[in-house]
Order: sequence, then C-alpha cells, then structure tokens
Amino acid sequence: MQDQPTPSEVIGAVAQFLKTVVAAETTGAVSFQARVAANALEMMRRELDLAPAEDAAEHDRLKALLGRDGSLLALNAELSRRIAAGEMDLTTPGLSDHLWATTLAKLAVDQPTYAAYRAELAQRAGAEGSRET
Amino acid sequence: MDSSAEAELERGLDGLAPRMGEGATHAADLRRLTAGATQEVWRFELTGPGGPTPLILRRAPGGVRVSETAVGLETEAQLLAAAAEAGVPVPPVRYVLQPEDGLGHGFVMGFVEGETLGGRIAKSEALAPARAFLARQCGEVLARIHAMDPDAFLQLRRATPAELVAQYKAAYAASGWPRPVFDLAFRWLEANCPPPPEQMKLVHGDFRNGNLMIGPDGVRAVLDWEIAHVGDPMEDLGWICTNAWRFGVVDKPVGGFGQREDLWAGYEAAGGPPVRREHAHWWEVYGSMRWGVMCAGMTVAFRGADPSVERAVIARRTSENEIDLLRLLAS
Repeated sequence: MQDQPTPSEVIGAVAQFLKTVVAAETTGAVSFQARVAANALEMMRRELDLAPAEDAAEHDRLKALLGRDGSLLALNAELSRRIAAGEMDLTTPGLSDHLWATTLAKLAVDQPTYAAYRAELAQRAGAEGSRET
Repeated sequence: MDSSAEAELERGLDGLAPRMGEGATHAADLRRLTAGATQEVWRFELTGPGGPTPLILRRAPGGVRVSETAVGLETEAQLLAAAAEAGVPVPPVRYVLQPEDGLGHGFVMGFVEGETLGGRIAKSEALAPARAFLARQCGEVLARIHAMDPDAFLQLRRATPAELVAQYKAAYAASGWPRPVFDLAFRWLEANCPPPPEQMKLVHGDFRNGNLMIGPDGVRAVLDWEIAHVGDPMEDLGWICTNAWRFGVVDKPVGGFGQREDLWAGYEAAGGPPVRREHAHWWEVYGSMRWGVMCAGMTVAFRGADPSVERAVIARRTSENEIDLLRLLAS
C-alpha cells in the first residue's frame, strides 16, 4: 500500500500552485501556459477520482451490449467495428443510452464547464424533475 | 526561437523595407505574436515618410514549411490578393518573401485593428451592436468568397463532400483509438452525404469565429486562408455554425453571435447559390466530426513533434465533439 496524501490530492495542490503563484506572478506566454498546465492537472485529478467507477460501469454496459467479455479497449474496438459495419445503430436497444452515459462520463473529466454538456445536464435534470411531479 | 535567429530575421526584414512600402526605410521592433506550431506570426514597425506603420509577417516555423494540408504561404498571399479584388475584407499583402531573401516561406501584410478572440466576439459588451448584423454580414462575405474564380487556383485541392468524409474517416482510423460515437457519425454522414456540388467553388475552409477580425463596424478582415480548397460552398456555411465555434453561446449557432436564417439571407442576397437547409445541417454535423478528428489527431502530434501541454489539452477536447455529435444525431 502506498502512502498518503493521495495522487489526486497532491496533483490538486500543484495545480493550485501553478494557478495562484506561477500564473499570477508571471506575464504573457508563461502566465498563459501556467494556467493551461494547471487546467491539465485538474483534468487528470478528475480522471483519477472519477474514472475507476465510470470505467467499471462502461465495462458492464459493453459486456451486456456485445454479449462478450474483454478489456475495455477491446470491447470499445468491437463496438466501433459493429457500428461501422452497420451491425448496430441507434435502433439497437441500449446503444444510445450507452453512448450517452460514456460520453457524459468523458465530459465530466475533460471539460465539465463545456456549455453543451451543461445544457445537456440541465435538460436531463429538467426531464427528471417533470417526471417526478 | 533564440534571440540571434530573431535578430537575423529583423535584419532581413530591415533590408527588405523599401519593398514593403513607398519610401520606406527601416523595419524594427519585431515581436512574436503567436507561438503556434503550424505558423509563426510576427509584428513589426515599418518606418516611412508617413511615420511608423505596423505590419504583420506570417511565416512557416523557422521559415520552413511543415504542414501537409496547408496550401503554402505563397498561395495564401495570392488568395488574399484575389480576395481583396473580389471585395472580401482582408489585410493588404505588402510583400511575399523570395528564396533569395533567405528568410524562408512567408509574406508581409498590413495590420488590421480589431478583435479575433472568439469568446470576446460572442460576449463582449463593446461588440454587442456588431452582433446584431454580424451573421448576415458573414453571409455576404461568404458569397463574395464563393464568387472568386477557382480556376485561378489550380494548385488548390479539389474535393467532393464524399471525398472529404473519406479523408477524415481515414484520419480517424489512423489514430488507432476506437470512438464509437465517431463511427456512428461517419455512418450518418455517408448515408446522408450531399451529391457533388453543381458548381465547385473556392472554399475558405476555416471561416469561423476566431479567424475573423471584428470591430464595432463588423467584419474587418477574413484571416487564415491556409486550408482553402475547391469544393461545395455549403461547407463554409456549416463550419461557422459548428458548435465548437460558438464559444459557449450555444443558442446562437452562427459563431455564438447570430442565427442561421440571417447568415443564409445575407448569403443569398449577395448572390450566393440558394442554401439547401438539409445540406447546411449536414455540414454542421460534418464540422463537429472534422474538429473532433482534428482534436483526436493532436495526440499524435503531442507524442511526436510538439509535446506541449497545450497540445495535450486540445487532444482532450475530442469529447466535446462527441457530445456535440450525440446532440445532433441521438437526442
């Protein structure tokens, strides 16, 4: 067992340092690149925090959808192949839901502030709310 | 670039000053504006009878050409000159670097004052009045670009919509990473592909918010002609509506500042061919696929010629296009 603090915590601290110290106390290209670097570290921290659970869920969905087992990469390659070959499309039960769930999980790591992602989440929350009432 | 190379470039430009303007004597105050891997952009001051004039140098990195898809800076300079004649707002070309100048490939153009940052164009208070007419004006400008003579540019690539899809499909396959959403998009693009256009037009290829110099009076210059080609003019009308170039203002499809109907009305009023709505939509889907494949390709560049953090972060923007494609095709 490795020790603590966790990689996620340390990466978060380095990102804060880049943003609040390096970016703030430099100008021009260096300041800009320090901010980009901080954002990249924040992204990797989200991946460390979120990916294990999301990857496991994606793996389960792929196994059910494809009726076989394999690595996450192999199953994604197989899904790609079947869609490209026209063997599966949006009328295939579960495919649309799977692609949406997988894509939303990627956005939660890559670009959680992306406007189209926020709009999609808001729409889904709205639909959920109206179903409940 | 180190400071000695920069000093050498400045000396070279200084020697060329008389060819960049009537009575000009010196070039000085050279400053690098972008650190792009595909192109260098420099600003400097030309000293002449009327006082100093700011000019822009666009040059291949280190003076050497690297990109395979770019048309080449000499062709870009020719395109700018032809566009100016066709009434398209562009920076005036002042000088094209010659082999004997020893400064590589590039050209010098006039400096146009204005805003190019997409987010500011979509959101800033100062440009609010321009946003009221910008979409229509973009349509008018595109009609003028598409009226340029493609036969004057036989060196440009000619490609039908189906050929472009095949090109990006091959680029996706070469990336070696499965993306089921892209496969879905390619199936849809192939099934709904517009036929080869009745008339192949000169297409700018990167006409979008971010490549337009904007002032309160509207479009001051159309920049970045490096991926111009000859093909279906609807491509340009779809690309400026692609979600990636709305800078967060998703309900204003034209660059985050206007509505499609205004873009199309301006285009048709200025003599552009009638816009077929379903084709315009196809090109928007194509746009998200195209930018997605381009982002995905950044991983190759990151692991190769340009291992910068910026490159890595752009590669991670691929998923933005995956959600855009799902919103277009599966909602």
